[in-house]
Amino acid sequence: MQIDQTHSHGSYRGNTIGFIISLLLTLASFGMVMSGKLPVSISLTAIVILAILQLIAQMHFFLHLDSSPSQRWNVMVLIYTLIIIVFIVTGTLWIMYNTNIRMMPMLH
Amino acid sequence: MSATITSAATLQPDHAHHDHGHDAKENAVFGFWVYLMTDCILFASLFATYAVMRHSYAGGPTGNELFDLRYVFVETMFLLFSSFSNGFAMISLHRGARSATLKWLLLTALLGLGFVGMEVHEFRHLVMEGNGPDRSGFLSAFFSLVGTHGAHVSVGLIWMSVMMWQLFAKGITPAITSRLLRLSLFWHFLDIVWIVVFTVVYLMGVL
Repeated sequence: MQIDQTHSHGSYRGNTIGFIISLLLTLASFGMVMSGKLPVSISLTAIVILAILQLIAQMHFFLHLDSSPSQRWNVMVLIYTLIIIVFIVTGTLWIMYNTNIRMMPMLH
Repeated sequence: MSATITSAATLQPDHAHHDHGHDAKENAVFGFWVYLMTDCILFASLFATYAVMRHSYAGGPTGNELFDLRYVFVETMFLLFSSFSNGFAMISLHRGARSATLKWLLLTALLGLGFVGMEVHEFRHLVMEGNGPDRSGFLSAFFSLVGTHGAHVSVGLIWMSVMMWQLFAKGITPAITSRLLRLSLFWHFLDIVWIVVFTVVYLMGVL
């Protein structure tokens, strides 16, 4: 049972580390947009990167997804889902963008 | 299976029991994970719709005019703190501490309630000002996406109340532990979806 205890202390730590990282990344995202000091293109890139970092942090520290054998199938399903999401999102934007530029200009 | 480590990991069920119950529990968690991934696809469709509609204002207000980032930041904090306290509920559960688990779950639920309350208030305010989902394509997509997330959190709150009652009445049983494991996955998942919501909808809407 000794292993159990060290491990659950680790979880206390993991949960807190995950929380602090998420908090800092959220503060950075909101702070950057609310201060409005940086050019839009830089802010846009930065908040996307900060969001991706926070997604990874929460998946690691809160959902405990990693490369261990016990997580293998969970990660497999996640990767498959991500591929589907890329198809849905980029496919939709691509089709709708093309449809939009091929539309006859409307007379008002 | 040589692993005998009992972890508070949400996606890693108790490895201490090497019986059929263990396999069934692991399958149940995996099945729930697969459900959550299909839910991701639902959200992806709503995000794609929002991305297409985000500039279809139809002469109505833009995101920049409607969104108050300070308000959204507080909302985000409610959800992040509730995910954090949910993590502690699961750690207490794995240590067999029933009353501590109940207290953490109660805190998680109250924070979640704060989030839903703020969102309902925001929606009500928008509708009262005439900026409801019928105002423009942008607002239809906004209400569908954010509303679907809010509906998930509300269902999570009902589920959490039921689990608190079961834990209070029956104590920590294998069935209840398994249910709480799935609830915890659901709750963390909703916080993860919210990261994308506040980035794509609110922050990009104001930029």
